[in-house]
Amino acid sequence: MPLPINEIKKLITESIPDASIEIKDLMGDSNHYEATVISKIFNGLSKIDQHKLVYKSLKGKMGNELHALSITTKGK
Amino acid sequence: MEIKEKIQKLIDANSVCLFMKGTPEAPQCGFSMAVCNLLKHLNVNFNGVNILEDENLRQGIKEFSDWPTIPQLYIMGEFVGGCDIVKEMFEKGELNILLKDKKII
Repeated sequence: MPLPINEIKKLITESIPDASIEIKDLMGDSNHYEATVISKIFNGLSKIDQHKLVYKSLKGKMGNELHALSITTKGK
Repeated sequence: MEIKEKIQKLIDANSVCLFMKGTPEAPQCGFSMAVCNLLKHLNVNFNGVNILEDENLRQGIKEFSDWPTIPQLYIMGEFVGGCDIVKEMFEKGELNILLKDKKII
Protein backbone atom coordinates (compact mmCIF):
# COMPACT_ATOMS: atom_id res chain seq x y z
CA MET A 1 0.00 0.00 0.00
CA PRO A 2 1.62 3.27 -1.07
CA LEU A 3 1.66 6.09 1.43
CA PRO A 4 0.64 9.52 0.08
CA ILE A 5 2.87 12.56 0.66
CA ASN A 6 0.28 14.26 2.88
CA GLU A 7 0.13 11.25 5.16
CA ILE A 8 3.92 11.21 5.55
CA LYS A 9 3.93 14.93 6.33
CA LYS A 10 1.15 14.50 8.86
CA LEU A 11 2.99 11.71 10.68
CA ILE A 12 6.26 13.64 10.83
CA THR A 13 4.50 16.81 12.00
CA GLU A 14 2.70 14.93 14.78
CA SER A 15 6.07 13.90 16.24
CA ILE A 16 8.11 16.93 15.25
CA PRO A 17 5.71 19.90 15.38
CA ASP A 18 8.23 22.60 14.37
CA ALA A 19 9.46 20.68 11.33
CA SER A 20 9.74 22.26 7.91
CA ILE A 21 9.17 19.36 5.58
CA GLU A 22 9.72 19.06 1.89
CA ILE A 23 8.90 15.79 0.17
CA LYS A 24 9.42 14.81 -3.44
CA ASP A 25 7.83 11.83 -5.12
CA LEU A 26 10.86 10.72 -7.12
CA MET A 27 9.20 8.29 -9.52
CA GLY A 28 5.59 9.51 -9.37
CA ASP A 29 4.61 6.13 -7.94
CA SER A 30 3.88 7.16 -4.31
CA ASN A 31 6.57 4.70 -3.28
CA HIS A 32 9.96 6.36 -3.75
CA TYR A 33 10.27 9.60 -1.83
CA GLU A 34 12.93 12.04 -0.85
CA ALA A 35 12.30 14.11 2.27
CA THR A 36 14.11 17.05 3.77
CA VAL A 37 13.18 17.72 7.37
CA ILE A 38 14.40 20.77 9.25
CA SER A 39 13.78 21.13 12.97
CA LYS A 40 15.26 22.50 16.16
CA ILE A 41 15.08 19.07 17.79
CA PHE A 42 17.93 17.90 15.56
CA ASN A 43 20.34 20.46 16.98
CA GLY A 44 23.27 18.74 18.63
CA LEU A 45 22.17 15.22 17.68
CA SER A 46 24.19 12.78 15.57
CA LYS A 47 22.92 12.10 12.05
CA ILE A 48 21.92 8.62 13.16
CA ASP A 49 19.78 10.00 16.00
CA GLN A 50 18.30 12.65 13.70
CA HIS A 51 17.21 10.03 11.18
CA LYS A 52 15.93 7.77 13.95
CA LEU A 53 13.57 10.54 15.09
CA VAL A 54 12.15 10.75 11.57
CA TYR A 55 11.82 6.96 11.34
CA LYS A 56 10.10 6.85 14.74
CA SER A 57 7.60 9.48 13.62
CA LEU A 58 6.60 7.14 10.79
CA LYS A 59 5.54 4.56 13.37
CA GLY A 60 6.92 1.40 11.81
CA LYS A 61 5.76 2.25 8.30
CA MET A 62 9.33 2.69 7.10
CA GLY A 63 10.48 -0.53 5.50
CA ASN A 64 6.89 -1.72 5.28
CA GLU A 65 4.20 0.41 3.57
CA LEU A 66 6.90 2.90 2.84
CA HIS A 67 9.51 1.22 0.72
CA ALA A 68 11.91 3.98 -0.15
CA LEU A 69 12.32 7.29 1.61
CA SER A 70 15.59 9.12 1.37
CA ILE A 71 16.02 11.43 4.32
CA THR A 72 18.01 14.60 4.75
CA THR A 73 17.80 16.23 8.17
CA LYS A 74 19.00 19.64 9.29
CA GLY A 75 18.88 21.52 12.55
CA LYS A 76 17.91 25.18 12.70
CA MET B 1 23.23 -18.99 18.31
CA GLU B 2 21.12 -15.97 19.11
CA ILE B 3 20.76 -13.67 16.12
CA LYS B 4 22.20 -10.73 18.06
CA GLU B 5 25.27 -12.76 18.89
CA LYS B 6 25.65 -13.73 15.25
CA ILE B 7 25.45 -10.08 14.17
CA GLN B 8 27.95 -9.04 16.84
CA LYS B 9 30.36 -11.70 15.59
CA LEU B 10 29.99 -10.51 12.01
CA ILE B 11 30.74 -6.88 12.86
CA ASP B 12 33.59 -7.88 15.16
CA ALA B 13 35.18 -10.09 12.51
CA ASN B 14 34.97 -7.55 9.68
CA SER B 15 36.35 -4.06 10.09
CA VAL B 16 33.95 -2.88 7.39
CA CYS B 17 30.70 -4.82 7.32
CA LEU B 18 27.76 -3.92 5.10
CA PHE B 19 24.38 -5.54 5.68
CA MET B 20 22.75 -5.32 2.29
CA LYS B 21 20.23 -6.73 -0.16
CA GLY B 22 22.14 -8.95 -2.55
CA THR B 23 25.92 -9.23 -2.74
CA PRO B 24 28.63 -6.67 -3.52
CA GLU B 25 28.96 -8.32 -6.95
CA ALA B 26 25.20 -8.32 -7.55
CA PRO B 27 23.33 -5.87 -5.31
CA GLN B 28 19.55 -6.31 -5.46
CA CYS B 29 18.49 -2.85 -4.40
CA GLY B 30 19.56 0.60 -5.55
CA PHE B 31 20.38 1.79 -2.03
CA SER B 32 22.60 -1.20 -1.32
CA MET B 33 24.26 -0.73 -4.69
CA ALA B 34 24.92 2.95 -3.98
CA VAL B 35 26.78 2.17 -0.74
CA CYS B 36 28.75 -0.67 -2.39
CA ASN B 37 29.79 1.68 -5.17
CA LEU B 38 31.03 4.30 -2.70
CA LEU B 39 33.05 1.72 -0.79
CA LYS B 40 34.49 0.30 -4.01
CA HIS B 41 35.30 3.81 -5.18
CA LEU B 42 37.29 4.38 -1.96
CA ASN B 43 39.04 1.01 -2.43
CA VAL B 44 37.63 -0.32 0.80
CA ASN B 45 37.85 -4.02 1.42
CA PHE B 46 34.45 -4.83 2.93
CA ASN B 47 32.31 -7.78 3.79
CA GLY B 48 28.82 -7.65 2.28
CA VAL B 49 26.24 -9.68 4.19
CA ASN B 50 23.20 -10.57 2.11
CA ILE B 51 20.22 -10.24 4.46
CA LEU B 52 17.87 -11.61 1.78
CA GLU B 53 19.32 -15.07 2.41
CA ASP B 54 18.27 -15.15 6.06
CA GLU B 55 14.91 -13.86 7.28
CA ASN B 56 16.13 -13.97 10.90
CA LEU B 57 19.05 -11.78 10.02
CA ARG B 58 16.82 -9.42 8.03
CA GLN B 59 14.64 -8.76 11.09
CA GLY B 60 17.47 -9.13 13.58
CA ILE B 61 19.69 -6.43 12.12
CA LYS B 62 16.84 -3.92 12.31
CA GLU B 63 16.40 -4.58 16.01
CA PHE B 64 20.13 -4.74 16.66
CA SER B 65 20.68 -1.20 15.43
CA ASP B 66 17.17 0.15 16.06
CA TRP B 67 17.21 1.15 12.40
CA PRO B 68 14.37 0.11 10.06
CA THR B 69 16.10 0.04 6.69
CA ILE B 70 18.78 -1.79 4.73
CA PRO B 71 21.64 -1.20 3.89
CA GLN B 72 23.43 -0.67 7.19
CA LEU B 73 27.13 0.06 7.35
CA TYR B 74 29.35 -0.84 10.32
CA ILE B 75 32.94 0.32 10.59
CA MET B 76 35.13 -1.15 13.36
CA GLY B 77 32.05 -2.42 15.13
CA GLU B 78 30.25 0.90 15.06
CA PHE B 79 27.02 1.62 13.19
CA VAL B 80 27.75 4.43 10.76
CA GLY B 81 24.38 4.74 9.07
CA GLY B 82 22.19 3.83 6.13
CA CYS B 83 22.46 4.91 2.52
CA ASP B 84 21.52 8.59 3.05
CA ILE B 85 24.01 9.17 5.87
CA VAL B 86 26.82 7.28 4.15
CA LYS B 87 26.24 9.25 0.93
CA GLU B 88 26.18 12.54 2.79
CA MET B 89 29.39 11.62 4.65
CA PHE B 90 31.03 10.67 1.37
CA GLU B 91 30.05 13.96 -0.26
CA LYS B 92 31.44 15.94 2.66
CA GLY B 93 34.66 13.91 2.68
CA GLU B 94 33.83 12.60 6.17
CA LEU B 95 33.69 8.96 5.13
CA ASN B 96 37.19 9.19 3.73
CA ILE B 97 38.43 10.76 6.99
CA LEU B 98 36.71 8.13 9.13
CA LEU B 99 38.20 5.28 7.07
CA LYS B 100 41.65 6.85 7.26
CA ASP B 101 41.34 7.46 11.00
CA LYS B 102 40.49 3.80 11.48
CA LYS B 103 43.43 2.87 9.23
CA ILE B 104 41.22 1.04 6.77
CA ILE B 105 42.36 2.96 3.70
